[in-house]
Amino acid sequence: MLKIFAGWITYSVLSIAPGSLSGKAVSFFIYDIIKIFSLLIVIIFVISVIRSFLPPERIRGILARKNKYFGNLLASLLGVITPFCSCSAVPLFLGFVRAGVPLGVTFSFLIASPMINEVALIMLLGMFGWKIALIYTGSGLIIAIFSGIVIGTLKIENLLMEFVLANKASEGQFSYEMKWKERLAYAKSYTLQILQKVWLYVIIGIGIGAWIHGYVPADLMARYAGADKWYAVPLAVLIGIPLYSNAAGVIPLVSALTEKGVALGTTLAFMMAVTALSLPEFMILKTVMKTRLIVIFACIVGLGIIFTGYLFNLILK
Amino acid sequence: MKLEILGTGCAKCKKLYETVEETVKETGITAELSKVEKINDIMKYNVMMTPALVINGKVVATGRIPSKEEIKKWMNI
Repeated sequence: MLKIFAGWITYSVLSIAPGSLSGKAVSFFIYDIIKIFSLLIVIIFVISVIRSFLPPERIRGILARKNKYFGNLLASLLGVITPFCSCSAVPLFLGFVRAGVPLGVTFSFLIASPMINEVALIMLLGMFGWKIALIYTGSGLIIAIFSGIVIGTLKIENLLMEFVLANKASEGQFSYEMKWKERLAYAKSYTLQILQKVWLYVIIGIGIGAWIHGYVPADLMARYAGADKWYAVPLAVLIGIPLYSNAAGVIPLVSALTEKGVALGTTLAFMMAVTALSLPEFMILKTVMKTRLIVIFACIVGLGIIFTGYLFNLILK
Repeated sequence: MKLEILGTGCAKCKKLYETVEETVKETGITAELSKVEKINDIMKYNVMMTPALVINGKVVATGRIPSKEEIKKWMNI
């Protein structure tokens, strides 16, 4: 349906010759834009409504009472539906740890929350299909759970800054129960806010992606980043670290490159590095933990991502 | 009236400060506006998502930028 509509705009309205390279690129562009923006609006709205039932105060209450392994699982799942802004990382971290949420469980949450965020998921769903989106979510959850358990087992609470555990969180709660009308209003404003933030990146990303789709010869990337190149995965992870805020624009680009021969596992590793490992977040976390803990955290997550990349390069041949 | 904006200086926190400032001007109420940027002071309010808005010592919004209408509603208690 959507494809026919995109084709109609390209060939009838813009009167570009069918079968031409530019026609292919333009109809691809229009099709993707409509698809991605409809997905963004619908899914972010629904997730925001669900989210209004689970403010961080409530999540903290749930996690403080759970034991180790189940706590890591639950923290990762709750991290998925919580929006994450690196500017909230510190208050969130302090709020959790001071309320008695174990350090490892807190990390599971901190890893899952940015890595499996709704914008990245929608872009994956729209550009790669539900199977890849599911694989991404599944491996992301496993990395978050596993890294949290490792950090918990290391018993490295001594690497937190002294002031972190000096105070207990007061139990005086900010617990305001929203009415349905307010939930919908919140969801609407949140959806608009996200759209405002990402729309330009999405359009530019899809635009360049469509250009690659139409003009770049197939298999060009296979020569440099195919499954048989061992260095492709770690290199992709390194490149992904500084690209944090541009997940929305990066995914359509990567989707086009995958089509031209980048192995899927490498692509997955790259996207995980973009979302989960972020330089600004590391800098911010320095106020609450020693550099050694940040390095340990980044290494465990980084290794998990690299492993995932190699694994799916082997499986998805 | 005492209005406090909690946040460690991120872009959203600045936006919230501006929004509150404009709202106060529009209503013409005399209000004391201040930023709370030290993480320990923010934690005293038990807030986990910044930016947050505190009116007369009560947390009214966390993790988002409320609209001017909402802020006015909270101010006219």
